[in-house]
Amino acid sequence: MLIEGYTALYIFMLAAIAGYEVIARVPVILHTPLMSGSNFIHGIVVVGAIVALGHAEGFWELLIGFIAVLLATGNAVGGYVVTERMLEMFKSSKQQ
Amino acid sequence: MSTNFIVQISYLAAAALFIFGLKGMSSPRTARRGIVWAGIGMLIATLVTFIHPDLLALDGIAINYVLIVLALVIGAAWAWRAGKTVAMTDMPQMVALFNGMGGGAAAAIAAIELLRAQTTIAADPAAGLVIGQVMRIDVAILGILGALIGSVAFTGSLIAWAKLDGRMRRNRVVPAQQLINLALFVATILCGIWVFFTGELLPILLFFALALVLGAFIAIPIGGADMPVVISLFNALTGLAVGFEGYVLGNPAMIIAGTVVGAAGSLLTHLMAKAMNRPLTNVLFSGFGTGPAAAAGATEGEQKEIQAEDAGIMMAYAEQVVIVPGYGMAVAQAQHKIWELVQLLQARGVRVKFAIHPVAGRMPGHMNVLLAEAGVPYDLIFDMDEINPEFPKTTVALVIGANDVVNPSARTDASSPIYGMPILDVDKAENIIVVKRGKGTGFSGLENPLFYHDKTRMLYGDGQEVANQLVQVLKEL
Repeated sequence: MLIEGYTALYIFMLAAIAGYEVIARVPVILHTPLMSGSNFIHGIVVVGAIVALGHAEGFWELLIGFIAVLLATGNAVGGYVVTERMLEMFKSSKQQ
Repeated sequence: MSTNFIVQISYLAAAALFIFGLKGMSSPRTARRGIVWAGIGMLIATLVTFIHPDLLALDGIAINYVLIVLALVIGAAWAWRAGKTVAMTDMPQMVALFNGMGGGAAAAIAAIELLRAQTTIAADPAAGLVIGQVMRIDVAILGILGALIGSVAFTGSLIAWAKLDGRMRRNRVVPAQQLINLALFVATILCGIWVFFTGELLPILLFFALALVLGAFIAIPIGGADMPVVISLFNALTGLAVGFEGYVLGNPAMIIAGTVVGAAGSLLTHLMAKAMNRPLTNVLFSGFGTGPAAAAGATEGEQKEIQAEDAGIMMAYAEQVVIVPGYGMAVAQAQHKIWELVQLLQARGVRVKFAIHPVAGRMPGHMNVLLAEAGVPYDLIFDMDEINPEFPKTTVALVIGANDVVNPSARTDASSPIYGMPILDVDKAENIIVVKRGKGTGFSGLENPLFYHDKTRMLYGDGQEVANQLVQVLKEL
């Protein structure tokens, strides 16, 4: 399914606004976990890597596709684990 | 219900979960929930991709499925282990590494799509088609752009990782580095345009090679202190590359998630650069401290020493103590002892607060993570704007492992490389105790007049040992 040019422009625009708004009021204490969290979210590239490897043909395309899925999985899984580890530690005095 | 419908609806749900998850992560109270939501979104999106129409269209090419599962398992197992075992102090380079992998994946997707188009062209040379015709024009342009950005983020992040991990110590600044980088950038762009107008294999290979070298060259001259900003920039770039490749594959989940990260990451980069008072152009185009060495302003007076016992008693009878931790504290692994000290002080009725400079640690917020790891509740931790008005009401400011972020030269000395950087107004406290390894200058090599101030007492020693001594003093009181 290809998305027509204009529709995609609207998606790009709205997603950019959403990303900007979400970050705009973030306390400094969460900057590192948030950088790590957004790093995890672009791990969605794993979906594209799977599709790309899925329709790859011939040795070189298969090899590059394999590397793509490998790298993308590392991004997604690693990003999740480290973000979760960092956020797990944030507690207020009442919770302790 | 067609499988395509299930796939598309799942992608939509995943995109929504990502945005809500990111929103949740922007407040400490809901942060944990936020990452779990985003994680569920990722899981859904990955699983439904196995029934993606493009994959179902394969008639019995089992090798592709086998490779997909194999790569997923190996990648996940490695990253899970690496993520679980990395020390909190090493978090910045780990994020850089994972980010680089994402950028590499986006570039690899672009490579496959370009190679596929090239194969189609090569199969029928008589038609004389070019990439820009075989792929739709807009798809080809965004695909090539995404390949460029992803490749740069890939090698750039790897260099950042190697530097922060101590695998690449020196900043190798080649003469005319900026000129070389500019030439390389122009060459890469031209090569990208060539790819668009050709059906040959060579320009594609050359284009990727140039883009990968460009990423490394951008990161190599950048100094350690500026690295967080650069990692954040590469993070935003990876997001953008993922969004562009999402367009190439017609995958809305990738477009939305990638663009959200691209925008959020750009803003985060801007906020960090602002906090450090280092405009992004300075970070990218001038190595920190590589300019002519500023004549070190002659500091008057001498450093006055204090013993742990006196320091402990001073704090025990204080009304308010503000602790200013720096990366040095984390390196000495003193945060657990410091938290014990804080609890002892609190038991005596002393008000204790932590003051965090935006760039304390290796990334903004890194110090908060390190304190949180030691069990310090986040409502004791204050950022610069909140705590600065408090210093005049503070009996003792305890500076441990921090240096540049409390250096008053940033306010007064126009010749100082950190001139203009907002600092913590520690010098306005009634008493200042500085815990420091020795008399020398710190990480950046700058003299700090605070250490020579009349109100300042120096407590020499390893951070953890000193904290331990202070705890003993307080226990025996």
